[in-house]
Amino acid sequence: MTKVAWQLGLVKAIVQETPRIKTFSLQLPAWQPHLPGQHYDMRLTTEDGYQAERSYSIASPPGQIGEIDLTIELIDDGEVSAYLHEGVAVGDSLEVRGPIGGYFVWRKELQTLPLLLVAGGSGVVPLMAMLRHRALIGAANPTVLLFSVRTPAEAIYRQELEALAQQDKQLTLLFTFTRQAPVGWTGYQRRIDRAMLTAILGRFPTLPQCFICGPTALVEQAANTLLDLGLSADSIRTERFGPTGT
Amino acid sequence: MAAFFNKGFGRKRESTASDRIPPGQYETPDFPVLSAGPTPRIALANWTFKMEGLIEEPVQWTWEQFNALPQQSFTTDIHCVTKWSKLDTKWEGVSFDTLLEHVKLLPEVSHIMAYSYGGYTTNVPLEGLRNSKGFIGLRYDGKPLTPEHGGPARLVVPHLYFWKSAKWVNRLRFMEEDEPGFWERGGYSMYGDPWKEQRYRSDDSDYQASLNDD
Repeated sequence: MTKVAWQLGLVKAIVQETPRIKTFSLQLPAWQPHLPGQHYDMRLTTEDGYQAERSYSIASPPGQIGEIDLTIELIDDGEVSAYLHEGVAVGDSLEVRGPIGGYFVWRKELQTLPLLLVAGGSGVVPLMAMLRHRALIGAANPTVLLFSVRTPAEAIYRQELEALAQQDKQLTLLFTFTRQAPVGWTGYQRRIDRAMLTAILGRFPTLPQCFICGPTALVEQAANTLLDLGLSADSIRTERFGPTGT
Repeated sequence: MAAFFNKGFGRKRESTASDRIPPGQYETPDFPVLSAGPTPRIALANWTFKMEGLIEEPVQWTWEQFNALPQQSFTTDIHCVTKWSKLDTKWEGVSFDTLLEHVKLLPEVSHIMAYSYGGYTTNVPLEGLRNSKGFIGLRYDGKPLTPEHGGPARLVVPHLYFWKSAKWVNRLRFMEEDEPGFWERGGYSMYGDPWKEQRYRSDDSDYQASLNDD
């Protein structure tokens, strides 16, 4: 078992993805290839030694050698995310360790299997790593990304996703805007439901492998509906985040 | 002074009980949900709980029988490896010590594998469960435990990271040697002591020492 040791990553670039989401590119002295879907732990330390840790999904594919991209949402009252968004600049160092996680990950055999990815908000990040990897290796498995966001301003990676879908006939990109759709939008404008998932499953020749990542309510709804529609529990992998509010 | 520190990073909120928050954790009032797959559907009429392995006679309960066992209230802090801690969570359920009164352990038992509806597994040392250290939780905050939090019944081992507290538990197997469960096979700690920050397998260098402490 390789040691998951802390290392100091150098911030090479910061991209403002949406008003509340930034991507940090970190150059790592002990970089190692990750599996798309894995995460890194980050640790912030105050001058007097207090430390706070969080886990962040890797957005970049393992083909990006020596660097990782972490896409991080600003959480209200978030001790760590607020500092990252407001206090970190290119050239700073951030302490991380990883890659971590062995279940919600891209496995080699997926490149030949139909694949349904369901994202809610910043839950798209680990799925983006999978889609970027899939594009890099030239996989031609039928793949759908169903991406639920409240407003267009929250649609992280939208341009890149649209470009990926345009150049790849096997990749279908489906947004659903649950609060406010772009002007002239003709696609989905509601929360993920049974009719939506039934229509999407109809696009696949055989039942797909599923990865679902987002807030608990979305993950529960999507996973339960897919079970109802005949998918087996072991073909559905989930990752949940965010406050439950209950 | 720390060897490395993040310039300008300051503690945003002092926890109400800092001495109860393990290193790297933060206190949350929420009860986040984390599971690797869909929430299993369990009909209480078909629910069973079984103890087997290195015991003289395996034993199995139905939902009704299990609920008739003596129950206790537990107020305890819980710590998830994804960094949140929640203080003073209130549970009701059946203590592991109560369950042990129904079986005779073979002397070589050292560890337990917990199994769940949905296929989840996790390993815990016997000594990490007995003497009031573990229980089967049936109610949370005065209400039946909801499915997404592990209902109808969940193993609760509050002194270890919360992935050891198997949701939807339906079986305990008594073992002679430690074996990795679901997350442990994926590189997570075999023991998972939050106060020693044993998150991942490579944090387990003092794994034996932590066993001896208990």
